[in-house]
Amino acid sequence: MNHVIEWTSRRQTDLWDLPLPLTEWVRARRWPPSLLIGGLICGLMAILALAAPLLAPYDPNAIRSAERLLPPSPAHLLGTDRYGRDMLSRLLFAARLDLWGASLAVLCCAGIGVPLGMAAGYAGRWIDQVLSRLMDIWLSVPGMLVAIVTVAVLGPSLTNAMLAVGIMTVPILFRTTRAGVLACLSQEYVESARAAGGSHWHILRRHILPNSLSTILVTTTLQYGMILLAGSGLSFLGFGAQPPQSEWGTMLAEGKSYLHTAWWLTLFPGLMLALAVLGINLLGDGLRDLSDPVIRRC
Amino acid sequence: MLSLLLRRFLWGFLGMLVVSLLVLGLFHLAPGDAATIMAGEHGSADDLAGLRAQLGLSASILQNWSGYWTNILLHGDFGRSLYSRRPVAGEILTRAPYTVVLALAAMTIALGLGILAGLLAALHQGSWLDISLSSISVIGIAFPRFWLALMLSLVFSIHLGWLPVAGAESPRHLILPALCLGLPSAASFARLVRANALDVLHSSFLMVARAKGLPPALWVTRHLLRNCLIPTLTMAGIHFGHLLGGTFIIETLFGWPGLGRLTVQAVLDRDWPIVAGAAIAMTAVFTLINLATDILYGLLDPRLQAVQNGERPA
Repeated sequence: MNHVIEWTSRRQTDLWDLPLPLTEWVRARRWPPSLLIGGLICGLMAILALAAPLLAPYDPNAIRSAERLLPPSPAHLLGTDRYGRDMLSRLLFAARLDLWGASLAVLCCAGIGVPLGMAAGYAGRWIDQVLSRLMDIWLSVPGMLVAIVTVAVLGPSLTNAMLAVGIMTVPILFRTTRAGVLACLSQEYVESARAAGGSHWHILRRHILPNSLSTILVTTTLQYGMILLAGSGLSFLGFGAQPPQSEWGTMLAEGKSYLHTAWWLTLFPGLMLALAVLGINLLGDGLRDLSDPVIRRC
Repeated sequence: MLSLLLRRFLWGFLGMLVVSLLVLGLFHLAPGDAATIMAGEHGSADDLAGLRAQLGLSASILQNWSGYWTNILLHGDFGRSLYSRRPVAGEILTRAPYTVVLALAAMTIALGLGILAGLLAALHQGSWLDISLSSISVIGIAFPRFWLALMLSLVFSIHLGWLPVAGAESPRHLILPALCLGLPSAASFARLVRANALDVLHSSFLMVARAKGLPPALWVTRHLLRNCLIPTLTMAGIHFGHLLGGTFIIETLFGWPGLGRLTVQAVLDRDWPIVAGAAIAMTAVFTLINLATDILYGLLDPRLQAVQNGERPA
């Protein structure tokens, strides 16, 4: 019996031999255009964020009172704000802060939602009952309000804002994961692994997680955009990043008072935020189309 | 049906208990409470202690919470605002209609535009109309609501001067906030309706309906629309939550005197009775919306009604 398990697990370490969704995605001959465009935008955003110190033409926080509220020009490509700070440099550093905060929040809420969803789906019985009811209650709570209170109390910062918003999405990831696990449980490979004497841990890790991964990844990607929007919204209200930190939502809030005189203060941060969310949403759509050929037909 | 109703109400009530405990607990943890804000920088320690005792801030979280719910359940009393000393229930009932009107207007825009655009795109699949509508909706979902608000007021209030910037004096004040809340949701409805309509268009029952010569007005409304609406309704329930979440920012931006703006101000003032009351009110609205979605499902799809009643689907 032991050598059977050993054989199956050795086979599975060879990633390219497995019909895993991930390898299917890589091997797919025709990638949906949304995946390509989304990947391109996300890659660009990641490069902008990572290389911000190299790309930014000025120090994002350097105050130059002689250059206040300048419109876009060759010297300041996207203009300057009310303290004479260069908008382009601030936008690039804001990308760093925003994307880092949203990534952290997504990882945290996936770290809670996915294991709980797997536990509920796999164990069933009372564990499933208790966890599912808890998540039902969590979903019936006004999440944005709880997020605002949490951030106001814990102290406003972008990480806190993104985390607070991320916690709202835990039930969504929980439900997706649970549904994915339930779909796998009825499959023959799980039964055969169980018949071969595989432990629960082995079945969860080797069979169920890889096979429900595509659903989980698609949902996580789509939630990333939601968290980015809601988190920067909290910043806009003043519950997120604090000045002089540059963050898209805070920059929009600062530009709000100059709406009729300096349009560049509100146009560009919003465009960057919308572009980032668009890229992530397209990536999520593309991944879904890849993993679900039925939808792709339409 | 009755068990469904009871279950929904039970989860809604548990949600209210949980959310009020969360709000009370969080305010308890806060470094600065309402007393420190009221006493100001020059308040002495005695003033603070006096204010705390007067406002009932010195008890423990659980004492506060059980006292709060005893008052609600026995006397229907949601407490008083720590600042205005007005009853919370009255404060919320005067503000809630504004939020309800705003949310309903936004939902009407979202559903109306979304269903129309989605159906048009699906019926003209592959045409320039489909491509442009689909691209607009993909981009529209990514638009931050608060940025849309700034851009729309820049164009329509500041440059063109057609619409008022802020306030709630006339129905014209409703237009911009409702558009900002509704348009991103309209974009996601459009995508969903298009995908569902394409599924239905390729189904055999629709082909039969068209082949037997039903007039387009009839098969579009009776067969296509009705079958698209069911998945759209699930989304409508979820989007109502998003809309209510968006009201915090949009109401503050446009000076719309609804629940969202009330709550943001109360959080800044550490006025916990108002925040807890608003949280309970919103949980109640969520519960009612979920219930309404469930009931509408049954009306639109008789098969689901049977499942809800506990019968096995045939």
